[in-house]
Amino acid sequence: MDALPSLHKHGSSMASNSSGGGSDRQRIAQQRLRIIAGHLRRPVDVDSTILAAECKAQDSKTDVSSEGKTVPRRRQEIMKWNGWGYSDTKFLFNKKGQAEFTGKRYKLSGMIMPALKDWLEDTFGTNLQHKSPATPILTSSAVQPPTLNEAFVEELKSTGIPFSHDAEDRVFRAHGHCLHEIFALREGKVGRVPDLVVWPNCHNDVVRIVELACKHNVCLIPYGGGTSVSSGLECPPEETRSIVSLDTSQMSRILWIDEKNLTAHMEAGIVGQDLERLLNESGYCTGHEPDSMEFSSLGGWVATRASGMKKNIYGNIEDLVIRVKMVTPQGVIEKSCLGPRMSTGPDIHHFIMGSEGTLGVVTEVTMKIRPMPEYQKYGSVVFPNFEQGVACLREVAKQRCAPASIRLMDNEQFKFGHALKPQVSSMFTSFLDGLKTFYITKFKGFDPNCLCVATLLFEGHREKVLQHEKQVYDIAAQFGGLAAGEDNGQRGYMLTFVIAYLRDLGMDYYVIGESFETSVPWDRVLDICRNVKLRIIQECKDKGVQFQPLASCRATQTYDSGACVYFYFAFNYRGLSDPVHVFEEVEHAAREEILANGGSLSHHHGVGKLRKEWMREAVSNVGMGMLKSVKDYVDPNNIFGNRNLL
Amino acid sequence: MTLVKIASRLFLSLKSPENEEEFVDILEERRLRSDLGHALRTFRPSPYKGGPSCSAADLPKIVLESQHLRYVIATETGASPEEVREEASAILEEMSQNLQLGFIRLLGYIFTKVFKRLFTSINVNMEGLKALQQAIQESPVILLPNHRSYVDFLVISYIMFTYDIPVPVIAAGIPLAGMKIVGAIIRRSGAFFIRRAIGSDKLYWAVMSEYVRTIIKTGFAPLEFYVEGLRSRTLKSLMPKLGMMHMVLEPYFKGEVYDIQLVPISLSYDRVLEESLLALELLGVPKLKESTTGLLKASKVLQDDYGIMHVNFGRPMSVRRLCRGKINLRQYNLIPRDLPQKPRAEAQACVSWLAHLMVRIQEEGSLISPWSLMACLLLQAPTAVLTEQGLPWHQLTEKTIWLRKLALDFGARLNWPAQVPDPDVMSSAVALHHSVVRREAGRVYLVREEEPERKRPISPEEDVIRSAAAVLMMVSYRNQSLHLFVRPALLATAIGVTKTAQRDELFAFFCFLRDVFSNEFIFIPGESSQDFEEACVLLRKCGAVHISEQEVTASDAGLEALSFLQALLQPFIDSYQVMFRFLCEDKVHVFAEKQFLPAVRNLATKLILSGELHTYETLSSDTQKNVLSALRRLETLAKLES
Repeated sequence: MDALPSLHKHGSSMASNSSGGGSDRQRIAQQRLRIIAGHLRRPVDVDSTILAAECKAQDSKTDVSSEGKTVPRRRQEIMKWNGWGYSDTKFLFNKKGQAEFTGKRYKLSGMIMPALKDWLEDTFGTNLQHKSPATPILTSSAVQPPTLNEAFVEELKSTGIPFSHDAEDRVFRAHGHCLHEIFALREGKVGRVPDLVVWPNCHNDVVRIVELACKHNVCLIPYGGGTSVSSGLECPPEETRSIVSLDTSQMSRILWIDEKNLTAHMEAGIVGQDLERLLNESGYCTGHEPDSMEFSSLGGWVATRASGMKKNIYGNIEDLVIRVKMVTPQGVIEKSCLGPRMSTGPDIHHFIMGSEGTLGVVTEVTMKIRPMPEYQKYGSVVFPNFEQGVACLREVAKQRCAPASIRLMDNEQFKFGHALKPQVSSMFTSFLDGLKTFYITKFKGFDPNCLCVATLLFEGHREKVLQHEKQVYDIAAQFGGLAAGEDNGQRGYMLTFVIAYLRDLGMDYYVIGESFETSVPWDRVLDICRNVKLRIIQECKDKGVQFQPLASCRATQTYDSGACVYFYFAFNYRGLSDPVHVFEEVEHAAREEILANGGSLSHHHGVGKLRKEWMREAVSNVGMGMLKSVKDYVDPNNIFGNRNLL
Repeated sequence: MTLVKIASRLFLSLKSPENEEEFVDILEERRLRSDLGHALRTFRPSPYKGGPSCSAADLPKIVLESQHLRYVIATETGASPEEVREEASAILEEMSQNLQLGFIRLLGYIFTKVFKRLFTSINVNMEGLKALQQAIQESPVILLPNHRSYVDFLVISYIMFTYDIPVPVIAAGIPLAGMKIVGAIIRRSGAFFIRRAIGSDKLYWAVMSEYVRTIIKTGFAPLEFYVEGLRSRTLKSLMPKLGMMHMVLEPYFKGEVYDIQLVPISLSYDRVLEESLLALELLGVPKLKESTTGLLKASKVLQDDYGIMHVNFGRPMSVRRLCRGKINLRQYNLIPRDLPQKPRAEAQACVSWLAHLMVRIQEEGSLISPWSLMACLLLQAPTAVLTEQGLPWHQLTEKTIWLRKLALDFGARLNWPAQVPDPDVMSSAVALHHSVVRREAGRVYLVREEEPERKRPISPEEDVIRSAAAVLMMVSYRNQSLHLFVRPALLATAIGVTKTAQRDELFAFFCFLRDVFSNEFIFIPGESSQDFEEACVLLRKCGAVHISEQEVTASDAGLEALSFLQALLQPFIDSYQVMFRFLCEDKVHVFAEKQFLPAVRNLATKLILSGELHTYETLSSDTQKNVLSALRRLETLAKLES
């Protein structure tokens, strides 16, 4: 039963949706009960508990409020329209000038982070006196009136599927979370937005919508969780047809769980946190945990070839998917059985995965599930420098003993992590912290400006986890690594969910930033990290950025032959007349640098429209022709006209 | 016209800022203070920040354990891996430098003594040195000096030691390693030794390239090598050698370093120690093997005065910036970087372009002495006049003053003291070069070697060689300023030969000449139109031509400049024609290079004696070899492997 507290730790790192209170202990108890209940109930009748009945589109009309659903139709009720995440959660500087994280959803919520102010000032040269606040509310006059295809709307009405052409609804679905998108919203600027938002309730609703769209030549853009960072949701400005955003958020049921084969069948609109929560209730999980899992949807993962933090145990989305249903203008594409592997020509799933909404809408997915792990344990290792850290990760990959997750942060991120440490209440903890720092820097001789940290997450049977842990720490020791405790590890993963909120704080003080990723062979990891960071710094200088930028990276995934590397890049844009343009130029240069250094165009963010220009080179002319011919066959009239990828 | 603008902008950007560069005589302080004190000074360089430092002894280990070498060792046939490894170790031992501060100090001490005796001053541009100091902390730095004299080997190290900059490791020819004691000293002063003819020795290539690559990747020290490959016997820039340049740039191409900074360095001498040796060598008198006793014997040259040595450090140039748009680095992503790879055409072209650019910047950074201008003019007088009647002094000085203006118009970096009256400047130039010319009764004569006591009278052929030795010495000083005039000279010749004003016709002929002579002078590959534009701009600037959209016409006022420039190029044209004639007349289709040189020399001697040929430069083995290379490049001749 040791398992449960650690499970709680992990669960709570993500935002909780239980509206409000209860102490931690109460929540743990509740969760325990739920799990136990789930286990007891299991053999009886899964169907009756989870199978969420027939699709009744007509009924859903009454279902206007968002009862029980994480994601309501009117997302703006709980989420920011011009920033990341929940409306009640944000970083701000309180009256005392201290950084504070508001709300109650996260472990860090309600806490004060005394070091953040100094870090911001030292890193970016920000000044609390110089604010660049966002436009507080959306003025509907900024939004172009919808171009409606009357015939389409008429027929849509007759189906009873809910839709809206309210300005707020439309604006919300016109963007992902690229810097330029959020920057424009904060300035109250709105470009081309969908003309209509429609909320299908089930697969058949989608079939009807796609039929109508084809019939009336309406452009459809599927919308899942809205967490795209590839300009994937941007409406092509050149599109003259009526654009309909097809929001899958209401298709969020688990349709069945098959315990004999350990699979589950879901509607594609379900978001990651609901999927895990609901499966957990039955004692299962998918183990697919992208950093965006609070908001991103199953369909979105499939459409962009997503990758989860714990892929070392559970695999990436392509390893998890058993069967996919996708509605295209030519009809529904699906496989005829649930066999674990097939030799039936090229895998048609690979036309679907990564199609980025250009071919159709993913409506249902059968996925592998696993029993929830008995035991979870966090960990962390400090290395004297990034080189040693990478060497350790490489060895771990070579021995194929990577824990569920292993991430290596560079020195800048290590310092950033420190800046987010909440105020310490007890003298003892701060004394202990001081002692640790002394031990590492003075006794072990680590240079605080070079050292870096790896965070670890182990999962599985208790003994095996402990054994595994020892193996990994032994390897780390060979590379000069020192175990730095569970807390540091756990904090690292918790920050993953919080960090996205921090960009909004930065933008309040003239700081803009973004993260981007790549995958690269092992022998190039160090070179690409160094070169891309230096390129960013040089480009910023050349483009007239007045302040030293933050250029930082981490290796977030290990593979047999390489790693996934994440870059973070941000700068203070005071004094620039067109900061977004400068930003985009630097980001472009950074991507060029990645490609020149043997990195891939994308590891899991996808191509969208942001990285389209490199697509031909990435897959060759013939490859491009193959993809194009599929598009031409499946969607000759470009109904799925978001113009991603190709 | 836009092209003209671009060309002139490029031209100005290359020349203007450093023109005002201030030079500081580094010997001045040495003359005031103790030599020993200098040698024992506290040396606190700021090294490269980016790399983990390693010791000289680590380098061979890193090289031997590299994947590259392990691969080459494993695939080498005909011997067991252990034997090949042994061999690789031996190569490394032969090659490795063993940089030690103590020896730099020793060298510093000796150099101070020697330099104070040889030179009136050694002038160094401090701004360039400062920029270098900065660059060395930021990225791996490659020092690219020209090589005009044995004394300049290690002079860069000496300066860097004096100014607290990390001392470089230097690529040197293997013969130096063989010198007793001296070889050992320079190895410990940072020299590493490379065999001359490596050919297809794969193992040697692998060891050498890995050694160089490791030095750059680890940021062990700045790396110095001669992009021209060797010491120029003619004081004229040599076609760059590309092998080492490619090795040095590869870590950048493969993304192993973020950037590399190239620092072209121009060394210019008022007078070169080896002047007479060089001339004899060019006439086929065999070169002395480098040896310590030879060096000691040469010490009699230490008694003489050699004027000023200028060391001009060019601004560090980022390889990353230079290569932008010239090479697609993604080509290196599909094969493991550690495996030996033949460079692709694109990479070769890029390296060649860069190497030529470096030599051109060296040329532009060098200082032109009054004597070099005088040599240009003296050589345009018939040799007989110079040896018999002598040239009137006032005629030479007037003409030199005129040429100085032309040179300045062309953007020359002149070493013409402003505080001294012009006649004195020229007099002291002649005095300094007493081995070549003498001034007597208002006339200037060419100095020929003393006739040895002989029983029989000297033959006319031997007499030609005597004059040739003196002329070739003067030629080498003329060569110091050739780069300044060569582009306008090609255009002047084109105007003279084609008798047209049509711009495109002139351009075509200009390109033809440029092509024929591109083993003789440094032209950056692929930049013929820039060269043409530069020539146009310069000739217009000195008032020699009028330029319109379609036409380039000679102006009356410009005849003097045009004829000077044509005459400057004439010896080359004449020499090339003699050799072409020889090849055409000779019915043999296959010949050995060894036979060719003396045969051409005989023909040229005959032609000189018969009065048909007016230049002694045809006798120079350098010109002869350049012709052969040019003809091979133009695919008129082919080299057969024997």
